[in-house]
Amino acid sequence: MVKQQADVVIIGAGIVGTAIARELSRYSVSVIVCDQGADVASGTTKANSGILHSGIDAAPGTLKAKLNVRGFALYQKMHAELGLDIKFTGSLIAATCREEIAALEELAMRGRRNGVAGDIRILSRAELAAKEPGLSPAIPAALWVEAAGIVCPYGAAMAFARNAIRNGAAFLPDCKVQKVVSEAGRVVGLETTRGFIKCRYVVNAAGLWADDVSRSCGDDSFVIRPRKGEYILFDKSVGNLVNTVVFPTPGRVTKGILVAPTTHGNYFVGPNAQDTLDKGDLATTREGLEEIVSGARKLIPSLPLAGAITQFAGLRAVADGGDFIIRPSDKVFGLFHAAGIQSPGLTAAPAIAEMMVELLAEAGLPLTPKQCFDPVEPRPKRFRELSYQERDELIRANPLYGRIICRCEQVTEGEIVDAIREQCGARTLDGVKRRTRAGMGRCQGGFCSPRVAAILARELNMPLAAICKDGAGSALFIGKYSGNEVHEHV
Amino acid sequence: MFEAEYDVVIVGGGPAGMAAAVGAAQNGAERIALIERDDELGGILQQCIHNGFGLHRFGEELTGPQYAGRFIRQVAEYPNIEVFLDTTVLEVTPEKQVYTVNPQRGIGRFQAKAVVLAMGCRERSRGAIAIPGHRPAGVFTAGTAQRMVNREGYLPGKRVVILGSGDIGLIMARRLTLEGAEVAAVLEIMPYSNGLTRNIVQCLEDFDIPLYLSHTVTAVKGAARVTEVTCAAVDEELKPIPGTEFAIACDCLLLSVGLIPENELSRSLGIEFDRRTGGPVVDQTRQTSAAGFFAAGNVLHVHDLVDWVSAESETAGRSAARYARGLRAAAGRLVRVEAGSGVRVVVPQRIDCAAAGEYIELYCRVASPERNLTLALTAGGRTLFAQRLPLAKPSEMATLKVPKDCLGENPPEAITLVVKHADRGEEI
Ligand SMILES: Cc1cc2nc3c(=O)[nH]c(=O)nc-3n(C[C@H](O)[C@H](O)[C@H](O)COP(=O)(O)OP(=O)(O)OC[C@H]3O[C@@H](n4cnc5c(N)ncnc54)[C@H](O)[C@@H]3O)c2cc1C
Repeated sequence: MVKQQADVVIIGAGIVGTAIARELSRYSVSVIVCDQGADVASGTTKANSGILHSGIDAAPGTLKAKLNVRGFALYQKMHAELGLDIKFTGSLIAATCREEIAALEELAMRGRRNGVAGDIRILSRAELAAKEPGLSPAIPAALWVEAAGIVCPYGAAMAFARNAIRNGAAFLPDCKVQKVVSEAGRVVGLETTRGFIKCRYVVNAAGLWADDVSRSCGDDSFVIRPRKGEYILFDKSVGNLVNTVVFPTPGRVTKGILVAPTTHGNYFVGPNAQDTLDKGDLATTREGLEEIVSGARKLIPSLPLAGAITQFAGLRAVADGGDFIIRPSDKVFGLFHAAGIQSPGLTAAPAIAEMMVELLAEAGLPLTPKQCFDPVEPRPKRFRELSYQERDELIRANPLYGRIICRCEQVTEGEIVDAIREQCGARTLDGVKRRTRAGMGRCQGGFCSPRVAAILARELNMPLAAICKDGAGSALFIGKYSGNEVHEHV
Repeated sequence: MFEAEYDVVIVGGGPAGMAAAVGAAQNGAERIALIERDDELGGILQQCIHNGFGLHRFGEELTGPQYAGRFIRQVAEYPNIEVFLDTTVLEVTPEKQVYTVNPQRGIGRFQAKAVVLAMGCRERSRGAIAIPGHRPAGVFTAGTAQRMVNREGYLPGKRVVILGSGDIGLIMARRLTLEGAEVAAVLEIMPYSNGLTRNIVQCLEDFDIPLYLSHTVTAVKGAARVTEVTCAAVDEELKPIPGTEFAIACDCLLLSVGLIPENELSRSLGIEFDRRTGGPVVDQTRQTSAAGFFAAGNVLHVHDLVDWVSAESETAGRSAARYARGLRAAAGRLVRVEAGSGVRVVVPQRIDCAAAGEYIELYCRVASPERNLTLALTAGGRTLFAQRLPLAKPSEMATLKVPKDCLGENPPEAITLVVKHADRGEEI
């Protein structure tokens, strides 16, 4: 049954919404996270660079600077607690010409002012060559920033959601908030596509749509504009492209086109920055892909383009002023915004959550710590990470771990069934993919997608033709038909 | 952990693996393990329900499952071939340990004396050719769609555009039409089709399906499901020509844009690879650069006819059995075989003179369509052997039966296969 009442409803199950839910689940308050998408992390959180930024380039004194540095520190703790896919690789910010070296020195100073921990220093050519052999010889110097890393962004959001649910929060997918309802200037609930939800506090973590949510109750204090960033992802087999996250010297608008490893052993280049009017415009373009290739080549000249396995795009939620908007609404009491969360929003999310909880407490939400709060989230079983001995034991306990479904990433049927059966489990092909990596490999689901779809149909007791790739309307297959008549084969 | 020892372990139970098992059994291997991840033998043939298989081998036109069936029965005749189904190979070590997984037996470790790699190939995906646009449901590789239609009974779409005129794309155009879907167009980036001529006639022309040569897809549209693809003509460098774009409304895009030998397991063996075929470098016995490791079928080089897969794989199985029994002579002089001008690939890539019989069979593909050509095997500017062909296409593998004697008493280090044209006055 859908729980239609809570102390706090969080709109948006991206990294920000799920981090806030997890933070709130420490206390004796009831929490619902709702999302218009079919799954956790179906917005910006599913497609971004996945970098744990150091906080070196944010303007001192901004929320971005403060929350980035704090968020980075929190990930170091949550890494083990929540079994996240994280690697603390450090990063290099490269000067592409001599003139940019001065900018690097300035950045280093700014980083220290922002409180960035660890080693920050300019490396010589010799040190660079040792650290990143593939780096362009035309790069005269680069700034080494130790406090940086990579994270699987949707994996982190899922772990946050999983742990919040373990501690009592509820997740409502396919639940679009149509209106924040207030009476006498106070929030009383939400009108949604899944009915009315009664609540006194609402957190607006709706990403690209945060302005629409806000406007629904007359608060038009900010506007969100989408800015697209495109990527090319490379196969693991391309070899050691880079060891660290390699940035160019940042421009005015973005951190620039970078080359980085992922936590799963792939590599990527991107993103560019292209303003668009459409909040659903996730299309890549030929020009965009060419732009990121030529940008990335300035850092790493020999890109293994033949090893590309996919291209994708993400949308930044850009607000006027450029800083994060984290504050109560000045129109309606009980509504709190976490809006304009563009980069480094992923890194800052745990710190945004802490700040949001403080704001809620200040506004009178009683927050009594729960005795039974369990901060630990066991990592889902991953066949490919186990020794042969451990795999053998796992299969004895459950034979489904003995059947490989995704050959590229070695994902077993047991893991896929777990992903479907877990609390707020996968209901779509992409949901399984983001939880287990089935379909993320070099054949991009060519082999496993029909098999995964069949397992979804079996587990969810649905006809195969009803199984979707992602959201509504994305059915994978059509019931067999001939003579223009569609027969559903179950 | 399940452990066992075998003379020959064969990775993959498609046509290559089955023929290798039979070849090994006929040549004295005592214990043979044939390992297949699917729940039946036959590999990709099981979803190829069209006919046209077996003309060379059996002198009749069989469907894929029929062709597979003949080998499945042969395999069953040899009690020393043990078939392991629903079993995926996870790793092959240089020490010839083959690690497997199966729901009932758990992890298995097969110690082999000789290993035959027969993992087949996989399809090139959308990402590999970087088609821009949205990423909706409805974009499939042709083989995935073929499996859904032929084995599960589901259609991938109602109005379909197919990119790539390779054989799978052509076969699927006909198959989908027969199932009631509409195939709006087949696009081919090259100025000629990459499929067998008979497939162009029987699968496209017979159904009035338009084939656009020198065209490609430049964008996919649709938020949830494909709604449209943008197409464009391409120039000589295969780049889309601005201004030639047009849209085709469809709910499905099938990709038949190339096959890639599935060598993920072979990579850890440290063997030599041929960049052109995407498979290991082998000699005429199909032994790779690591002794006791053999490769055959599409894992070695992509074939267009299964008949040649079977022939090649029997050779590999026979050679593996001989190796396991200690009958293989120490390597003799190795002659490199190179693909020269006009030739895209040639297999084997070397000849082990100590293991050579009277004839050496070379499989090759030309680089572009040719008429009245001569395939010449040359060394140091001298032609050792030549064969005339009325016609050759990159999509159709040519075979060349070379007498060993033509290498002479003292074989050269390398020989090169080239295309020549006597009618253009080229000296042969
Ligand atoms: C190209 C790119 C690169 C980036 N790189 C990095 C990086 O390397 N490091 C970093 O730290 N950050 C990075 N970021 C930023 C980071 O990705 C974002 O800050 C972060 O993902 C934002 O999370 P979110 O939860 O605010 O938004 P989202 O993930 O978009 O979540 C918002 C959710 O709200 C839901 N929603 C919206 N409206 C409604 C409604 N009315 N009812 C119900 N649900 C609704 C949406 O469906 C969505 O799931 C990058 C961003 C982009 C685009």
